[in-house]
Amino acid sequence: MAEAKPVLMQGNEACALGALNAGVRFYAGYPITPSTEIAEQMAVLLPENGGVFIQMEDEIASMAAVIGASIGGMRTLTATSGPGFSLKQENLGYAIMAEIPCVVVNVQRVGPSTGVPTAPAQGDVMQARWGTHGDHPIIVFSPASVYEAYYLTIAAVNLSQKLRQPVIILLDEVIGHMREKVFIPEAGKLLVEKISDHVPADWKPYDEKGLTPLVPFGFGHYYHVTGLFHDQYGFPTGDPPQVERALDRLHAKLDRYRDEIVLTNYIGHKEPRVAIVTYGCTVRSARSVVKRAFWQDRLPVGLLSLQTIWPFPAREVEALAKQVDVIIVPEMNMGQLVGEVDRYACGQAKVIPLNRYDGEMITPDQMFELVGRWLP
Amino acid sequence: MAPIEQLTQDFLRTKKLPHIWCPGCGNGIVTAALVRAIEKAGYDQREVVIVSGIGCSSRAAGYLNFNTLHTTHGRALAFATGLKMARPELTLFVIMGDGDCSAIGGNHFIHSARRNIDLNAIVINNHIYGMTGGQHSPLTPTGKKATTAPGGTLERAFNLLELARGAGATFGARGNAAQPRQLEKMIIQAARHKGFSVLEALSTCPIAYGRKNRLGGAVEMLKGMKDSSIAIERAKEMDEAELEGKILNGVLFSFDAPEFSSQYHQSIKKGQD
Repeated sequence: MAEAKPVLMQGNEACALGALNAGVRFYAGYPITPSTEIAEQMAVLLPENGGVFIQMEDEIASMAAVIGASIGGMRTLTATSGPGFSLKQENLGYAIMAEIPCVVVNVQRVGPSTGVPTAPAQGDVMQARWGTHGDHPIIVFSPASVYEAYYLTIAAVNLSQKLRQPVIILLDEVIGHMREKVFIPEAGKLLVEKISDHVPADWKPYDEKGLTPLVPFGFGHYYHVTGLFHDQYGFPTGDPPQVERALDRLHAKLDRYRDEIVLTNYIGHKEPRVAIVTYGCTVRSARSVVKRAFWQDRLPVGLLSLQTIWPFPAREVEALAKQVDVIIVPEMNMGQLVGEVDRYACGQAKVIPLNRYDGEMITPDQMFELVGRWLP
Repeated sequence: MAPIEQLTQDFLRTKKLPHIWCPGCGNGIVTAALVRAIEKAGYDQREVVIVSGIGCSSRAAGYLNFNTLHTTHGRALAFATGLKMARPELTLFVIMGDGDCSAIGGNHFIHSARRNIDLNAIVINNHIYGMTGGQHSPLTPTGKKATTAPGGTLERAFNLLELARGAGATFGARGNAAQPRQLEKMIIQAARHKGFSVLEALSTCPIAYGRKNRLGGAVEMLKGMKDSSIAIERAKEMDEAELEGKILNGVLFSFDAPEFSSQYHQSIKKGQD
């Protein structure tokens, strides 16, 4: 790999570049603050690279177009913010059900409704998990830096392709708009494989045996794609055992590749008494707390940052809870992921939320003060 | 094997039959016309994609042996737009019902027309939401009854083809289930036209629409449909009084304009050269 050169870049731009380098050649979107830079970047990058950029008539259509292009064999991306993410939910559910890969970026802003369009928030954590109806599986990444926005987008595209499962990148206005120095490795030439060249003769679009590649339309494999529950060939079924098996299969895909999906990172004291568990831009303030409390003052403090928030890193939180007395969960919402942390702490550690929802970041001082209260 | 049987084997998923449509429904007639049109136009089966929305008519996709995409309610054209932009070499037929296309999907309909993207929209118009049991749609004529318009709807109906033309579509035709051969010819014309083509196929729903409005059974409805329609060529020689209550049939408009997907791909090719 060629030597990486430092560049000054915004989180939204890093996301666009990551997608391009991961082979994304189709973007459909609708303008919305604070995600617009992703669309603007793609409008420049894609035509230069033989890809398709299209600004659709609305958010619903953008999600639909992305799914249509994926069925045609392209790697696809769309980006939005809260109100648009709400509109995308039905077709997102379709992509999950029909197992069509795609990556959806939601640059979070303060909600509900139009809220504060230019201020950051982390209020869409539960929407990302449960926004579309029905009992569906989902993968959600939450980058805490511009570089994470870059490599998590690449991871999202690849995982989405491999598992035929939509992946959501939950950015926030801070990471989306912040510029910082990043080292972007130079992209190697991507070999775009024509999957249809080597699919087995007995290929089924929804093979019960496990992962099966998506053969794009137009290569002589005539199958049906629907949002209805379907059999191995894609044809509608309402047969209760088949319905149950199909839904189990969707969830089993994620369970089986759990270790590739769930990404977390721990920094701080080896035997912490107080730990912070957080994600997205809030990790920035938490890192500053660890710097001061542990690196400077050698206090038993640690930070578990979650790059993946769904599926929830239950195992990692459970292990942490066994080590510490207190887990602090700072979030820029009224308390969303804290419920999950509490569930997996299983009473082993006290779980304390720290919430802020006025459109401002939780400051290191705010966190440091709370951490200090629980130190022995 | 006789030609018609051969056709059935190739282009229909015979194992998925019988279909779910009610007796007297016109969806099967329109679907059959589509199958014959694809055969006659000589398209390669691999390069034909059937996209549909949600509703009775959209179930047609499941019975056709091509790559078939049964999407969400109203969004068929938006899915098709993505697919066509990704794979401009494919020929796409987009089957929608009147509610699917003109109510929940109205936005995608006008914008597909505006882009003049090479999709072939086949709107099966039976004037009613059939699958949910008979609610009025934007194509239900004023005064007609529905479960959600028990006294007859006060709303005015869209003229779908005028809407399409106004929005920028470059081909618009109307046929009906009582004249399937004509329908077949118009589907071929629509498919060969480069740009956004709209074919409004008038159809019958004796169960949810006919019964409520005392229009008789399937036979009476089809006969009424045939009697009230008049070929566009003949209509040109008639005055307003003679045309009262008549529905124009045939190719209402067809002209050339830049097609979006080919234009886009040409433009990026130029940029790369």
